[in-house]
Amino acid sequence: MREMIKMVLVLTLLSAFSGGLLASIRDNTKLKIEDQQIKFVKGPAINTIFKGASNNPLADRFKIKDGDIERTFYVGMLNGQAGVALESYGKGYGGDVGVMAAINLEKASIIGIGVTTHAETPGLGAKAKDDPGFAAKFKGVSLKKPVKVNKDGGAINAISGATITSRAVCAAVSDIGDIYKRLESEIKKGSQKIVKGE
Amino acid sequence: MAKSFTQEFVKGLWDEVPPFRLVLGLCPTLAVTNSIENGIGMGLATTFVLVCSNVLVSLLRNVIPPKVRIACFIIVIATFVTVVELLMQAYTYQLFMKLGIFIPLIVVNCVVLGRSEAFAYKNKIHLSFADGLGIGVGFTLSLGVIGAVRELLGQGALLGYSVFPSSFEPFAFMVEAPGAFICLGLLLCLMNLAAQK
Repeated sequence: MREMIKMVLVLTLLSAFSGGLLASIRDNTKLKIEDQQIKFVKGPAINTIFKGASNNPLADRFKIKDGDIERTFYVGMLNGQAGVALESYGKGYGGDVGVMAAINLEKASIIGIGVTTHAETPGLGAKAKDDPGFAAKFKGVSLKKPVKVNKDGGAINAISGATITSRAVCAAVSDIGDIYKRLESEIKKGSQKIVKGE
Repeated sequence: MAKSFTQEFVKGLWDEVPPFRLVLGLCPTLAVTNSIENGIGMGLATTFVLVCSNVLVSLLRNVIPPKVRIACFIIVIATFVTVVELLMQAYTYQLFMKLGIFIPLIVVNCVVLGRSEAFAYKNKIHLSFADGLGIGVGFTLSLGVIGAVRELLGQGALLGYSVFPSSFEPFAFMVEAPGAFICLGLLLCLMNLAAQK
């Protein structure tokens, strides 16, 4: 009996110590990790979408609280018009597929998308990121309706051999549409603030 | 029985160097050693985990009940691996992206668990520290050497700088996993030849 209690006690204390240590390190590195991700993961996608922007979309960002989550929005000026980019995730073949999509605020349509993070099969699902042709299919697509692949009755041609990945990208884009609808007025306010600040 | 700090450290460099002598921890050895940078980065991450987990396990060796020792080791190791993962994300993000899934996989690296079980659980803290550091440095150097051979032959470069004239045709094979196996085998062979003399 004593041994049993000791085992439980040691394991519990060790786990608690581990949890505490990890939580404190996570808190201390959170901002730094966010910076690094913006630079190396989100940065390339955002810069491709907002190619030729007159500002620096990575610096011109604002945050909005959406329930428990704090979302980051990136504002890019293209031909004098402000577009707002945000990221969401869809369930892919090898885990979450991160998609960054920029929205034209007047038409509620997509300016461009880019895949940020993924763990899809190289040569198949990974084409969602590597092949610019796939991302180009989303240009100008309206966000008023959910975005779907052609197999599900939508307008996006799936990458051959990677329907699950294509669906994941569509799901992420649809989610971005939902977020946009939910936070529309706040997003417009936030982007105007940045545009005026220029 | 009682060995000195230096002895415990030095044994990890040659007599018990993990990938060659113990032939343990082969997963990262084969998977990420396609360049010197990746090999050494992986080695340093493993060294950090080895040293920290060895010290903590040794510190707690009188408290941890034998029946749940493996569970305790895994908690300790997993904690430090997560620490490394977070720190790498914060400070060396590009290297973290290249090593990817192999950083969390340090948790199941036999070298780390093996040192906790075979050494740290039975020895004093300073010896465990020396053991972890020695094995870790040995592991790092091994990965660095394999990485150097593979980078040189597979890409014609060292640390990212081309060393051969442009007429050199790289062995693409050496960059793939089978190339790592062959490289490991040849180096092991050389080590045994050297040890025989």
